[in-house]
Amino acid sequence: MGARELENRPCGGRYADVVQSIGNTPLVELRQLSPKPGVRIWAKLESRNPTGSVKDRVARSMLEDAEEKGAIAPGQVILEPTSGNTGISLAMLCKLKGYPLKVVMPDNVTVERTQLLQMWGAEIISSEGAKGSNGAVELALELAAADSRYYMPYQYGNEANPRAHYDGTALEILEELDSVAAFVAGLGTGGTLMGNGRRLKEVLGDSVKIVAAEPMQGEPVQGLRSLDDGFIPPIIDLSLLDRKIFVTNRDAIVWTRKLLDEEGIFAGVSSGAIARVAARIAGELDEGNVVFIVADDGWRYLSSGVYTRPVEEIENLDSTLWW
Amino acid sequence: MPTIKIPPVLRPSVGGEREVTAEGENVRAVLASLVAAHPATESQLFSADGQLNRYVNVYLNDEDVRVLDGLDTAVGAQDVLVILPAMAGGS
Repeated sequence: MGARELENRPCGGRYADVVQSIGNTPLVELRQLSPKPGVRIWAKLESRNPTGSVKDRVARSMLEDAEEKGAIAPGQVILEPTSGNTGISLAMLCKLKGYPLKVVMPDNVTVERTQLLQMWGAEIISSEGAKGSNGAVELALELAAADSRYYMPYQYGNEANPRAHYDGTALEILEELDSVAAFVAGLGTGGTLMGNGRRLKEVLGDSVKIVAAEPMQGEPVQGLRSLDDGFIPPIIDLSLLDRKIFVTNRDAIVWTRKLLDEEGIFAGVSSGAIARVAARIAGELDEGNVVFIVADDGWRYLSSGVYTRPVEEIENLDSTLWW
Repeated sequence: MPTIKIPPVLRPSVGGEREVTAEGENVRAVLASLVAAHPATESQLFSADGQLNRYVNVYLNDEDVRVLDGLDTAVGAQDVLVILPAMAGGS
């Protein structure tokens, strides 16, 4: 019997430390989710990063960029608004690099995110949950303006955020696939979509469609006084997007379960939403590769019961900030 | 007739309604009908140059019309326009 050809790499590589091991995540085909034989759906498992989310790439890129520019040195206090994942990634890196970290985070995220931040030694400043991430951004900007001791990477406006994907994630995808018909990712800061979108369009041209999946924020987290209090991350260029589709929290959770039950992928809630949009786009194609991002793992959502309880019994479905 | 879903921040301008119906064959016309029925919405939805307020997202069912054909996006009688504020996403 001849040896079966190895299509995967035998190991994830050899690195000097855990920071160097960020990225180089697996690309896994999801055959059960594919609607037709000619269309292949691939999940880029960013959940395999050291702290369990895609934000390890971004946090590393932003800190290294600031170090290269001489903007920070060990001992400098880092301040950042986050709904959790960027904070957790920054907390790991800051602990290893010697930067005290303060994160501004809405008070309606899952308890695991708070515990992970505490585990890595970050100080948490709570912002009003009813204002969602808008509230965290607003408070962090106020704090940074009032105290010159703080250095704020500011993921919503820092080009080192999309660059982490332009020079990382997208190249890894192109290394594995000769063609990509559609790339689907969640829209938060816009970094994943902008960085991957630019690189994929540069290499593959307009044949690749860049598709954003975004959360339909529950009414309890739409605490705006006026529409003029809205927010668009400065790094977002909408002209790069071919589609922008919202997903309700309920559908996101249904698809998070579907990923688990049908494909064995234990992912966070935003990844369920992204998978839902990826499957829809795949259904509109006759052939080609659809790549989507699994942004984080499921461990940090366990207490919410999304994997074990019927959707109808999940508490605070609309008032929890899932993304 | 298309249905428009109204976000909490805009409800005081439409008498507290969660959703309303409005005539029109594209997004521009449907929103014009909304403004005609509820004039207080105009300054929130549109900027001085007649474009959508940058912090207002309008979705045709579940797709953002800005990356479709903008205000010229066609709307069918059974479609739902969802108005949502542009808010910071999580991360």
